[in-house]
Amino acid sequence: MDYIKLAIFGFIALFAAMAANFAHDLAFLVHGLIVMMVAAIFFLRTLSNIGEPPKPIQTGYQDDVIRAGVIATTFWGVVGFLVGTFIAFQLAFPELNLGLSMTSFGRLRPLHTSAVIFAFGGNALIATSFYVVQRTSAARLWGGNLGWFVFWGYQLFIVLAASGYMLGATQSKEYAEPEWYTDIWLTVVWVAYLAVFLGTIVKRKEKHIYVANWFYLSFIVTIAMLHIVNNLSIPVSIFGSKSVQVFAGVQDALTQWWYGHNAVGFFLTAGFLGMMYYFVPKQANRPVFSYKLSIIHFWALIFLYIWAGPHHLHYTALPDWAQTLGMVFSIVLWMPSWGGMINGLMTLSGAWDKLRTDPILRMMVISLAFYGMSTFEGPMMAIKVVNSLSHYTDWTIGHVHSGALGWNGMITFSALYFLTPRLWGRTALYSTKLVNYHFWLATIGIVFYASSMWVTGIMEGLMWREVDAQGFLVNSFADTVAAKFPMYVVRGLGGVMYLSGGLIMAYNLWQTARGKGEADPASNAAIAAHAAPAE
Amino acid sequence: MKKKQKKTDADYPTTGHEWDGIREYDKPMPRWWLNTMYITIVWAIGYSIAYPAWPLLSGATPGLLGWSSRGDVKAEIARVNAQNAEIEAKLLATPMENIAADADLARFATAGGKAVFQTYCSQCHGQGAQGFKGYPNLQDDDWLWGGDIATLETTIRHGIRFEADEDTRYSEMPKFGEFLEHEEIASIANFVRSLSNQEHDAMAAEAGTELFAENCSSCHGDKGTGDREQGAPNLTDAIWLFGADEGTIEKTITFSRFGVMPAWQGRITDAQIKQVAFYVHQLGGGE
Repeated sequence: MDYIKLAIFGFIALFAAMAANFAHDLAFLVHGLIVMMVAAIFFLRTLSNIGEPPKPIQTGYQDDVIRAGVIATTFWGVVGFLVGTFIAFQLAFPELNLGLSMTSFGRLRPLHTSAVIFAFGGNALIATSFYVVQRTSAARLWGGNLGWFVFWGYQLFIVLAASGYMLGATQSKEYAEPEWYTDIWLTVVWVAYLAVFLGTIVKRKEKHIYVANWFYLSFIVTIAMLHIVNNLSIPVSIFGSKSVQVFAGVQDALTQWWYGHNAVGFFLTAGFLGMMYYFVPKQANRPVFSYKLSIIHFWALIFLYIWAGPHHLHYTALPDWAQTLGMVFSIVLWMPSWGGMINGLMTLSGAWDKLRTDPILRMMVISLAFYGMSTFEGPMMAIKVVNSLSHYTDWTIGHVHSGALGWNGMITFSALYFLTPRLWGRTALYSTKLVNYHFWLATIGIVFYASSMWVTGIMEGLMWREVDAQGFLVNSFADTVAAKFPMYVVRGLGGVMYLSGGLIMAYNLWQTARGKGEADPASNAAIAAHAAPAE
Repeated sequence: MKKKQKKTDADYPTTGHEWDGIREYDKPMPRWWLNTMYITIVWAIGYSIAYPAWPLLSGATPGLLGWSSRGDVKAEIARVNAQNAEIEAKLLATPMENIAADADLARFATAGGKAVFQTYCSQCHGQGAQGFKGYPNLQDDDWLWGGDIATLETTIRHGIRFEADEDTRYSEMPKFGEFLEHEEIASIANFVRSLSNQEHDAMAAEAGTELFAENCSSCHGDKGTGDREQGAPNLTDAIWLFGADEGTIEKTITFSRFGVMPAWQGRITDAQIKQVAFYVHQLGGGE
């Protein structure tokens, strides 16, 4: 077995070295070298383990891979927020592009979006799903070290994607920028992820599958489908990063936004609802509000979301009928989306007093509130008349960020605060006070961000369409750019606050993992109380 | 009358399952939530009957209202065109020189010209027509090809050194680096600087005088005042398209310059060409 592994790693290292040697472009060369190095490290590790007695088979929950996931989530979160804040200031002060192609907005922007969605959000989803599926199935992760393959494989995907953007390797599809070989690698990792998750569910000891796992599973399955279809492309050369899409024109646009919208729907909504359905009732120590509601809103959500993509292409070459369907499905989607918010918030009814003492629970509530707000705003912006004003403006950016910073960010932060003491065997977090600071910095940061983008978005939408009595355009595009400057600075400040909150969290989690929190359990009475169920 | 007692959590059972300590109430869905969802579904069905929605084998249901986004745009454009038809016809019939005399026409041409300028011209000439390096400032009275209103219209219509238009304005300065020594070019640069009384090396300028007469004066004129017939810039007015320092002038002489402006005929309407010519003419430099 070890010799087979050696042969595989050796072959990969050799092939990667050859690929780097014949590379047609810099990105491919660098990626060849990265893959070669990774394979070489695994080759040497396997070699040094030969002859060692096999490790005893472990039982109990597999938590080491989740600990790694918590660290990766925190790390990539801070990186993603940092890049985001930097490019926010680039828009206000273009000199910050630094005159280099690598640091230009066009390359850093996908770095930011991929870092926060796929690196921060993706690691959070993988780590929490591994935690939740083990606990709610009362079973160890299926597949032995396959969970570790998923973790490290996913990190390799992130490194390949991010370095590719910096070096100019992109297929220019929003949220699907990585080139063909990075896509193929992600597909392999994702299939392994599905196998680990599904395998654990199959061998569960509980009779029923908990609702959080429905959401996680729908997220994993649908993302696999979206990823494969939207990335169908033909490489120009096996030794180059460039590839050509198989779809063209409006078909390509529709495929892209079918993908893009459902990345929001299944990655950022369904996946994170899975997170919510476990951590909110755990932290509140209350039963979930309604089982019926969770069934109905789950099926309605996953059935409806998949049709709503065309609302990204209102008033384009997309035929009217497809635009209409995109719009009506988006509006019917409103209540199914809110079902998750209701189930989360109503779970807290009877425990509202805990909000005063528990900043983690407060984060969950604000996260659900932002979830509710952006899932109302979304259907509203999908209405054609509203969209004719909001489309292509900063309003869209504000909408995305109130969802991403508010909902995805806050629910992830609270999950990290929940997990860290438990995974490292500590009785409490290092500091509840710092959680409170994080809460306020992040919340005010989001308010700065969202409100400044509403102002600039609606303003530029109105300026673009302004015509005089004879039908002539009044403003030029450059006029709108100049008018937005002050709000761009406000947005950047909101980003600084959100980033500071993230840094405080990283410090707090680090100290907790090191065991600094145990010295002062009194500062964390709320969590300590939850550690032992009260009922 | 017996008042209906509000149910408390204790009245509801849970589903009986438990996962890692989490249980679920078997509570009904909120009525308002369910009703709102029904309303959106009814609305969605109604809307998709009224508007183009359901795909068929070829095409799709057109919707009862007969609405289409293309039809919508067409109607809006037709409305604006109809509203402006009379004054636009008048603009087309009026020679450029006479537009200013008619206040209504001038207002129409200015508003339309500004919109055209912002959309098509500002990328190179700047938002305020102030120009950039290599792109002329349109507010001053220095014109390469002439600044009267009819000339402006011709320049906009046919462009400059734009090969696809056979009536385009054309001239090409030789690359003097191919015939002259670097020292000679430096002397000419100093002479050129002396023409607009800028700091220069008097010895070099002296040496450049004759070289200028031999090589440059046929286009730029004996005194360096330029020739609009061939777009040769006036070198005495201290206004520079590419820069006034000695190095830049040497570079211009050595490698020449070849600025191109596209012809706008065929890309925008005749009325728009007249409008933007009128707008540029009254920015401050028009003759």
